Amino acid sequence: MVAAQAGDRAAYAALLRDCIGVIASVARRQRVPPDRIDDVVQDTLLTVHRARQTYDPTRSFTAWLAVIAERRAIDLLRKTGRQALREVHAPIAYERHADESVATRDTGGDARLGKAVADLPERQREAVQHLVLQERSLAEAAAATGRSAGSLKVNLHRALKSLRARVGQTG
Amino acid sequence: MPQPPSSHDALILKLTAELAPVHRLPSPPRRAFMWLALVAALAFALAAIADRPAVAARLVAAPDMWLSPIGSALTMVLAALAAFELSLPDRSERWALLPLPAALLWLGASGAGCLRSWLVPGVHPADLNDTKDCISFIVALSVPLSALLLVMLRRGHTLRPGLTAAVAGFACAAAAATLLVFFHPYDASATDVVVHVFAVALVIGANQAFGGRMLRAAGS
Repeated sequence: MVAAQAGDRAAYAALLRDCIGVIASVARRQRVPPDRIDDVVQDTLLTVHRARQTYDPTRSFTAWLAVIAERRAIDLLRKTGRQALREVHAPIAYERHADESVATRDTGGDARLGKAVADLPERQREAVQHLVLQERSLAEAAAATGRSAGSLKVNLHRALKSLRARVGQTG
Repeated sequence: MPQPPSSHDALILKLTAELAPVHRLPSPPRRAFMWLALVAALAFALAAIADRPAVAARLVAAPDMWLSPIGSALTMVLAALAAFELSLPDRSERWALLPLPAALLWLGASGAGCLRSWLVPGVHPADLNDTKDCISFIVALSVPLSALLLVMLRRGHTLRPGLTAAVAGFACAAAAATLLVFFHPYDASATDVVVHVFAVALVIGANQAFGGRMLRAAGS
């Protein structure tokens, strides 16, 4: 590393190659999934490169490298955990997600909402009935009504918009 | 995404190609000393324009008033050292605890000052109007000190930018509070201590938010 700090490229390439095994074993010890170990190796090699001016030759290089690899492994595990929590595959969850501003407000009872739904144009009412009230999937609702999934989605959006406007005004 | 083994070779080739000689960083105590020397220079400049006989008279009247600036000065030194240690990628996060004992002395001595202002008649404690000046002084002085310290810390490569910047902010706020002693003609009062704690928290928070981003950008 001391030679690398002075700009010796051959020594640096050899050093980085030797680092791979150490980093991979640290990552395994941190229980990084096998398919993500290469990510930890790459992150750590980049960090070693950017932090090479901070290495103090009076200290052990392996210990320095192992701490950096450990932190990069923990960062990756945290990032992966956050992604798993954030990314849920539920394509129509958005369509069915209750609008809290409407759902939690006391609007004067179901009768007013029922009347608002009844006053909707036919296609929009159909979409609300099948997708929201009967909790059918887009495919089931499309089969039951003979409309396309796209048309049901558009009509549901329009219906929710006009219901929100109407109930919001009177509530 | 999993990387094929050959991608390591490609990365090593790239990093080797862009390798340039680097100047090794001086040790954290040495770097902390450089920043503290600049703060000391600022202290001499401020002492030159301060009303020194009034400061001396206050300290003679209540010698234990020294304890609070000693606590804040120690906090400044230890927090600066901790920030430079944390600016290295291999150092433990526990370095952030280093300034806490000194901070307790600082807070304890200021709290004792409050007690005196309640027990001893004829002491002029700071009121809300006076404390506005304290906040302005601490915040205004912390800005250039923080800027300088963060620029110095950027030369390292911290893997904990938010924590490093917060500890740096603590060092700057403690430095500003120490230098405030030249212009602080009040004994500590409860409002005064609360205001100081608020100003220090403000500087730490601002450093963590803005300084953390600056150090993260330098490290990415």
